[in-house]
Amino acid sequence: MTMPYYASAEQVMRDRSEYARKGISRGRSVAVLTYADGVLLIAENPSSTLHKVGEIYDRIGFAAVGRYSEFESLRVAGVRLADVRGYSYNRRDVTGRVIANAYAQTLGAIFTEQMKPYEVELCVAEVGETPEQDQLYRLTFDGSVVDEPDFVVMGGQADAVTGQLRETFRPGLPLSDALMVGVRALSASSPALSGNGDRGLLPAGQLEVAVLDRRRPKRAFRRVVGAALGTLLGDRSAAEEAPEGATHAHTPSAPQPGTPAGLGDPAAPDTAGGTGGSGEGSGPQAGPADGVGGGTDGRS
Amino acid sequence: MDGLTQSHTGRSGFPPAYLDRVGSSFTDFLAQAAPDLLPSHRPVPSVQAGDLTPHGTTIVSVTYAGGVLMGGDRRATMGNLISSRDIEKVYPADSWSVIGIAGAAGIAIEMVRLYQVELEHYEKIEGLTLSLDGKANRLAQMIRGNLGAALQGLAVVPLFAGFDLDAAEGATPGRIFSYDVTGGNYEERGYAAVGSGSLFAKNSLKKTWRSGLDAGAATRTVVEALYDAADDDSATGGPDPVRRLYPIVYRVDAEGAVRLTDAEVAEVADAIVGERAEAERRDVAETTQRGSRS
Repeated sequence: MTMPYYASAEQVMRDRSEYARKGISRGRSVAVLTYADGVLLIAENPSSTLHKVGEIYDRIGFAAVGRYSEFESLRVAGVRLADVRGYSYNRRDVTGRVIANAYAQTLGAIFTEQMKPYEVELCVAEVGETPEQDQLYRLTFDGSVVDEPDFVVMGGQADAVTGQLRETFRPGLPLSDALMVGVRALSASSPALSGNGDRGLLPAGQLEVAVLDRRRPKRAFRRVVGAALGTLLGDRSAAEEAPEGATHAHTPSAPQPGTPAGLGDPAAPDTAGGTGGSGEGSGPQAGPADGVGGGTDGRS
Repeated sequence: MDGLTQSHTGRSGFPPAYLDRVGSSFTDFLAQAAPDLLPSHRPVPSVQAGDLTPHGTTIVSVTYAGGVLMGGDRRATMGNLISSRDIEKVYPADSWSVIGIAGAAGIAIEMVRLYQVELEHYEKIEGLTLSLDGKANRLAQMIRGNLGAALQGLAVVPLFAGFDLDAAEGATPGRIFSYDVTGGNYEERGYAAVGSGSLFAKNSLKKTWRSGLDAGAATRTVVEALYDAADDDSATGGPDPVRRLYPIVYRVDAEGAVRLTDAEVAEVADAIVGERAEAERRDVAETTQRGSRS
């Protein structure tokens, strides 16, 4: 095989990293936060079928940003590994660490051996018996894996969102508060809401939300969709009026003139929650993943 | 170059088969990635092996107004011995369906485990649940794969029932499917039974079951059918108040599959036993009265 040009290994790796980073930074952000009863996965995702968060196993969830085809094939590989392990050993022998390791190895191998690295960033979240046992693994395109406490933010505006979460996030928040903290952080830097200081929150239709709830027997993963999500978001929007001013101080982005009217309207999350209720009609989809008697209610 | 990198990827991290985006079936994937884990890929025993393994016996299932019920006795036999008094032969297949098994217990339990993973795997990968007919069909294919072993005395015959989320308006949402060893798949009307005591259980259900029963009355028909089966079939276990062992009964309704608690089943079983004992006592009393009069 002929090599037309010489490029140093250092240069090649740098180019690949830059390529992957660029690809990832084009996407919208995903935040994974711990809360009192487990782990909350929030993605800014207008599609209701092309998921960015998913279930890997009983106590393990998955969130990703970047190129859909690439992280989807990784998600499927993770589900397969978990199911094969659980089937040949025992369900308890499937841990987040095993899955995260496999992802790290695969991403690392692809990064060093293939021309084009995967333009993805992943989070493998595992919910434990107690909040101390919750694990969040962040995996980057080059196969490095980091065990993060409290929360993980990935995607285009990761730095801005992380900055805001550092100020607003507290460990052990109840679900509705944690969701509000996460959604507010995502909204503050969302390109979809190119707003000024008076920016609103991302409507339910723009969000993909799921939880790993440690209180649920067996399969902890549950999507929060339709009316349940609307309620969780809507409930708060009214009560939020007062502290709203305080959180603006943390908003890092510069105010931009010419914000579309209505986006800052506190009623917006309500209406979005209402229309999202029609998504509830695809009940069978949400139902079974829900397990026995779970329902789609937010607090169960 | 491409093939080379592919094989390298396999050595560290996921093997290539894991990253292929084909199929959402766990069984099909195992056939590629780890065929030795599949029961159908194992050599078939060349001699009759039926006497070497415990066999599970009677399973009954009935539909009722809100869904479907399935119950099984607790006995497994090996030839003339009772090999287990507390075996469980009815399992939830997923949130909306249950499976009961009769036949070679080891193979049957492995099949149930594989089937449970199969349904969950599909659900996770596709983000959708299989239709009830799809699930029933998938099970038929697994039974078909066991035909060779079945001919050597290791037959597994399941009964499958579920709540049909796509049921037409007015149709009963609970549906029951029975199978034969060749993988034949038959939808049953109203009630069904499999296993050695199925003949007696069906005869009992023929008299007690009616369409449109409520959950409580339907539970009674299930437990009573198992009682009748145990009465005449030595391989079917009756309720065992000494060890507090009662049939396992699952109910599948709009809320999903739930196992009735032992206390609930015990109450029904004790009521049936009580009524039968009472009827018998009255019978004896009447006969002796008549005898003393003449």
